[in-house]
Parts: sequence; structure tokens; C-alpha cells
Amino acid sequence: MDIKQISVFLENNAGRLAKVTRTMADAGINIRAISIADTADFGILRVIVDRPEVAMKALVDDGFTARMTDVLAVEIPDVPGALAQVMELFQQTEVNIEYLYASLKGNRDKAVVIFKVQDIEHGRRIVHEKGLEVLDKF
Amino acid sequence: MRYQYWDEKTETMPRGELEALQLDALRAAVARALGTTYNAPRLAAAGIRDSSDIRSLDDLRRLPFTTKHDLRESFPYGMLAVPKEEVVRLHASSGTTGVPTTIYFTRKDISRWSSNMARSIFASGCTSADVFQNMITYGIFTGGLGLHYGAEKVGMLVIPAGPGNTPRQFRMMRDYGTTVVHSTPSFLLHVQSKMIEEGIDRADLKLRKAFAGAEPYSEDTRRRIEALLDIDVYNSYGLSEMNGPGVAFECQAKDGMHLWEDGYLAEIVDPDTLEPVPDGTVGELVLTILCREASVILRYRTRDLTAFYTEPCACGRTHRRIHRIKGRTDDMLIINGVNVFPSQIEEVIMSTREAGNNYLIQVEKEGALDRLTVKTEVGPEIFMDDARPLNALRERIRHALQASISINPKVELVESGSLPVAEGKAKRVVDTRPRDV
Repeated sequence: MDIKQISVFLENNAGRLAKVTRTMADAGINIRAISIADTADFGILRVIVDRPEVAMKALVDDGFTARMTDVLAVEIPDVPGALAQVMELFQQTEVNIEYLYASLKGNRDKAVVIFKVQDIEHGRRIVHEKGLEVLDKF
Repeated sequence: MRYQYWDEKTETMPRGELEALQLDALRAAVARALGTTYNAPRLAAAGIRDSSDIRSLDDLRRLPFTTKHDLRESFPYGMLAVPKEEVVRLHASSGTTGVPTTIYFTRKDISRWSSNMARSIFASGCTSADVFQNMITYGIFTGGLGLHYGAEKVGMLVIPAGPGNTPRQFRMMRDYGTTVVHSTPSFLLHVQSKMIEEGIDRADLKLRKAFAGAEPYSEDTRRRIEALLDIDVYNSYGLSEMNGPGVAFECQAKDGMHLWEDGYLAEIVDPDTLEPVPDGTVGELVLTILCREASVILRYRTRDLTAFYTEPCACGRTHRRIHRIKGRTDDMLIINGVNVFPSQIEEVIMSTREAGNNYLIQVEKEGALDRLTVKTEVGPEIFMDDARPLNALRERIRHALQASISINPKVELVESGSLPVAEGKAKRVVDTRPRDV
């Protein structure tokens, strides 16, 4: 029920983002959600793609340091208050969030929020118990 | 010009007398070295079992050279030539690895060193009327205390300012009427640029002289500092193995540094053949210290490249002059006046489990000061999708480096595969500072 996210370690250098997206493009990978976290001299690119194994191989073959991580992709209505409700639920059930980012799905009136939670087992159980809509593929 | 001498008799001693004095001092030094666990067998192997085996100054060449390696091997007391109770101080400098090069002083040694320093300071035209702001690192490094003791001996008012904190330096200069400063040349340039930034009026300062040392700099840099700050700059040479500052110093003529030959026997040799080069030719300076009884070091290979002047100086001193240092015969880096060996940095990287095998040392100019950056790679073994362990790793490396080399580097984590590989003769040091010498 969870989804594979790919994280790529990137130096804060001109051209690195262009290079990493080109690598995925050449492998025919479609990026469904993307986020970048940066510190003073490096960044971490996080993506959800249509074919994670293929993307992972392409990245490693091109010399990138990349890693696959399990994340929860929760689908919520694209209306005010929907995210607040999920966050409150997570707070009450002690699902600790390391980071999150969102993606619009492009059809219907839904948004998808990607959660990296501290304890993925616990997170899985809670979203299941509470009947949240969770995607297992994009 | 009217030249002034702290110790006119010694400073202007005819060469014959000076050499007789050197021979006596060399015999005494050899006698002391024969009493040490490290040097006795080395001297015996060279056929020297008694100081009387030294018949002339030419016999100096029979003695084995001493290198930093020997200082490490004999650490901590293998070269100590007096009972430990007689030692009153030690100074240490960076070794090429974790073992520091440690030098010991008796009370008499400190006094001789201070006299050499006083002689140097006085030779530059300073007097007891001067106010001296010592803007160099104190502590276990020799630069701070060396000049401090010498300036006190001259009778100057000494402000033990230490380096850094430029606004405070300006305040002290203004409040106490500083006339002479001691610093690295890069810090002097930094001071000048800050002076403009902070709107300090040169007319409010009484500065007239600066001693610049601890890092090599060119004649052009000296002229630039002199013009910008409207002061006279004197070049100073020393190394901790030979006490620190006060080995050689410029007189008022500001044309080469007088090497105090009653305290040191100086040779300049071809670094490959180790044979002496003709006067005036550049080679490696080799020094035997005659003015210290605790740590006796014979024929120390300084790795500094210089040449003797062939003409006597206008000031009348008979002690020969050496040129400003023209480079090194090893890979030692001088970063803001601090000596750093790439091997020290390598040691830290290699002892950090998470760090990869590849690293790169970058030295560049940031304004007037030097900037050290150490780059290490982030491989799949340590990349866990999370920035926090990486930031923690970077901080850990930075702290370990700071503890080892005493300067605060920038540590950068870079992508795997972007640095030269560990095998073979990888180029691990990129020094983009303008070549100044």
C-alpha cells in the first residue's frame, strides 16, 4: 500500500538538476511528483515516478547516488481544510512526519500528498484503520 | 640612515670571530646531542663520539641531517638534552601527522630567544617608546609569545591582542596609540580593507611599522601594504623547530633578512643532492640551532627555499642575509599563517568511517584572507534520503579538522565520482591563490 520514492543526492552546482532530469527523460520515465530540499551546499531531489526500478537503474548507471524509500501517498479532496484534517488525524495517532510534498493528480478534484513518516509500519496501519485513500501506484 | 644595534658587538662582529664563536657553540651542541637517546647512536654512526671530533666548521657536514620525521620518531623526549626539571616551556607545531613537533626550552633558552627577538625588533628601528600590538596567534604556536617577549625586552608597551576581531583591533590601535603591529601579510591587507569599510581615519592612528611573517609574500605585496597603510613593513623569518620567529629579520635597510649566525649555523643545499649550493643560488635552508640547550637539533632540513645575499648589508651587520622564502620542497600549505600538511587532513578523512576514500583540498583567496575547503564524497553507503545525518557528518569532519589543524575549514559534501579517485597519484590539493613569490 505504500509507494516507492527515489531520492537523489545533488551538489548545489549549475546543471545538476538539468542532468538528473535528462537521465530520467532518456530512460522514458514520467515524473509524477517532485520536491527538492536544499541545504547550504547540497540538495536532495525526491521524485515519484511511474517506473521506479527503471528510473533507479538509469540514475545509478549515470553515477548518481540515489536511494529508494517507502512513502505514503494519500489522496485527499482538493478543497480547503482537507489537508488540515489529515494532519490532525496524524497528530492524534502519533504519525510523525519527516517531510511531505504534494502533487495534483490532474484528473477529478483530488490532490495527492506524499508523506515520509518516521515509522512507516505505524503509518500504514493508521491510514488503513482510518480508511484514508492511499495510492499504491501513480 | 642611522642604524641602531641592540647588541652592536655581536651584530657587527668580524666574520673570523663570529666563526670561532660558532665552532665553540657547535661543539657544545654536539656534546649535548651525544647525551640524548635519539642522537647519540646517529652521531656514532657518523663517526662522532665526542665533541672534540668536530675540528672545524667544515665538520658540520659530517653530521646527519634532521627531518620532521626524526622529530616525530624522537617524540616526546628523545632529543631532550637537559633533565626535565630544567625545562620551563614547550612549544609545538603541526607535524605531518597527528604527532606534533615539540620543542623544549630552559629558562636560559627563553632568555636567548627573547634576546634574538629584541635584537630583531630593535634592528627595524623600534625603541622603548613604541606601542606594540601583537596581532598574531598566541598559545602553543611560537609567533605570539616570541615577539611578545622580545618586544618587552626592548621595553615597548606590548598589547597581546592576538589575531582576528578587526573592529576591536582598530579600537585598541586608536585607544592605546599603537605604533607597531605584528601580523601575517594577509591579515594586514584584510585590516586595510576593513579600515575603509568601517570608516576608520588613518590620521587617527599612529601606526608606523609592521612586522609581517608566518607566511610567504612577495616584494610587491610588501609595497602594496606599505602604500595602502602608509607604514614600513619588515619581513620576519622563523620556524618553530628553530624557536620560532627571530631566526632572521630585516634591518632598517629592508633588503633581506639577517640570519643571526651566533645563534644558528646556516647551510643552503641542493634539496636533491644535499650538497651545498654557491652563495646566491636558491636551495633548501638547513639550520643547526646553537642558542638552545634543551632541544638540540642539528642540520634541520627546513624545506624552505631561499638564497644567501652575496653582498654585505649597508647597515654594517656581519650576519649574512637570506632572501624572502621562495617556496617549499614539500607539500606543506601555509593557510593564514598556519602550517598545514595535506597528510593531516587525509588522516582525519580516513579516520571518519562514513567519509569516502576520495577527498579534495582547495585553498583560495577570499578577500585578503585564505579559505580552506575540504570536499568529500557522499556515496550510497551513507546516503539515506535524509539531510540531517549528512549535515551531522559534515560538522563532525569540520570539528575533527579544526582540532587537528587549528584552522576552521569549510567542509563540502559532493556527489560520488566527482573527485579524483583514491588510486595512484591523485591530485588532492588545488591551490588557486595567486602565486606571490
